[in-house]
Amino acid sequence: MKSFDYIRATSVAEAVQAGGTGARYIAGGTNLLDLMKLEVMAPDTLIDITRLGLDQIEELDNGGLRIGALVPNADLAADMRVRRGWPVLSRALLAGASGQLRNKATTGGNLLQRTRCYYFYDTAAPCNKREPGSGCAAMEGFNRILGVLGTSDHCIATHPSDMAVAMQVLDAEVEIEGKDGTRRVELDEFYRLPGDTPHIETVLAEGELITAVILPPAPGGKHVYQKVRDRASYAFALVSVACVAKVEGGVLEDISLAFGGLAPKPWRNRAVEDLLKGQAPSEALFEQAAETLLAEAKGHGSNDFKIPLTRRTLVSVLGEATKGAAA
Amino acid sequence: MQVSLDINGASVALDLDARTTLLDALRNHAGLTGSKKGCDHGQCGACTVMVNGRRINSCLTLAVMHEDDEITTVEGLAEGNTLSPLQRAFISHDGFQCGYCTPGQLCSATAMLDEAAKGWPSNVTADLENATPLTDEEISERMSGNICRCSCYPGIVEAIREAADAPAQKTGAEA
Repeated sequence: MKSFDYIRATSVAEAVQAGGTGARYIAGGTNLLDLMKLEVMAPDTLIDITRLGLDQIEELDNGGLRIGALVPNADLAADMRVRRGWPVLSRALLAGASGQLRNKATTGGNLLQRTRCYYFYDTAAPCNKREPGSGCAAMEGFNRILGVLGTSDHCIATHPSDMAVAMQVLDAEVEIEGKDGTRRVELDEFYRLPGDTPHIETVLAEGELITAVILPPAPGGKHVYQKVRDRASYAFALVSVACVAKVEGGVLEDISLAFGGLAPKPWRNRAVEDLLKGQAPSEALFEQAAETLLAEAKGHGSNDFKIPLTRRTLVSVLGEATKGAAA
Repeated sequence: MQVSLDINGASVALDLDARTTLLDALRNHAGLTGSKKGCDHGQCGACTVMVNGRRINSCLTLAVMHEDDEITTVEGLAEGNTLSPLQRAFISHDGFQCGYCTPGQLCSATAMLDEAAKGWPSNVTADLENATPLTDEEISERMSGNICRCSCYPGIVEAIREAADAPAQKTGAEA
């Protein structure tokens, strides 16, 4: 690990003042320290934000939730309000990592965790995300865990979070503090697609700090989080589907869908949701939704299987979400 | 950097490079070699300790970040020569072979039983809103962050189940 200056911030203002180029905020550290050990990341300064008090989950006047950026994943998953009102979020969190990691990993840090692409971690391999312009070893390499949607000729990395997929389906917003004040960004707008700058992953400016995630009021309906992975526990998603569906009178009145393991960000495609809304659930309809979702999907050899796997997973999730709802 | 750590109830003053992980601080500076280094990347669980009663991977955190925190290692589980019920259960159910993962298994399971007693759900919990009995499936899922390469999982699960069923342990309480 490269050496760094360590600063323990005592307030958000102090942290943001210390932030900027070359500095990184550290909270749980479960991904950042891993990357620093491998020297994939080598910040000059680490700003310890664990004592900023951003570890509360507050109910908002509109019925939504404000989740402090430092709320550990374990606490968020176990919060009874979340379990009752936003169960897809609990399910996604519980499907990720291990008990030890969920105790340490935070809400803000989970959003900002880096891809698990093997070549990003291998400093002997070219990687446009780690070293812009060096090339992409994954494109022709072992890419079975990598992306089929939203990728570019420069990078096919996937975003590894389960939590973010659930937050995407729940229309979450990210609260950000910077030197110029506070702003809110929809999670869908928070992540950038790789294009020719895969090293820039979010809209965060240098030194900006995530302070909270805002959830809209509990959406009701049936919540499903289905994760398909290489082993039954403690593994990243090959494909995951988060679904919130409301069926009324035999018709899909409302549905939101988000996907993990497929793309550089938690993926959402409103055309798929529009196609399903107002329709009577049927296998044929679900197949049509999958076809729309995957129309632009592109495999890279060893990850080709993700396309049919996603189709089958989506059809299965839609079946579960609408079970017993036939008119 | 001068760092003061509270380890197993004792205050320990250490002079550490900021890069020192909590695991390395425990093993190489505080002389507590019970916590083990397996992968050093948070994948195996051998380094598991409890910080303020919660299990974490000590290899994935910096010692300087834990000033004033209460750290419990495997050396702090017994009271003098009296082993904890979980430690005794690991012996009676043969919950190990080479023993390298055992300190991490013990710290992890100790804190996991507290999580279950608080009513925390897991990935295999059918009903998120209601407490769930600690079945073998629940134990396996909740312990998936601890790898045993001797594959002593049957004994580990039996030991944890016995400790969970002991009268002193509360289970199924609501959060």
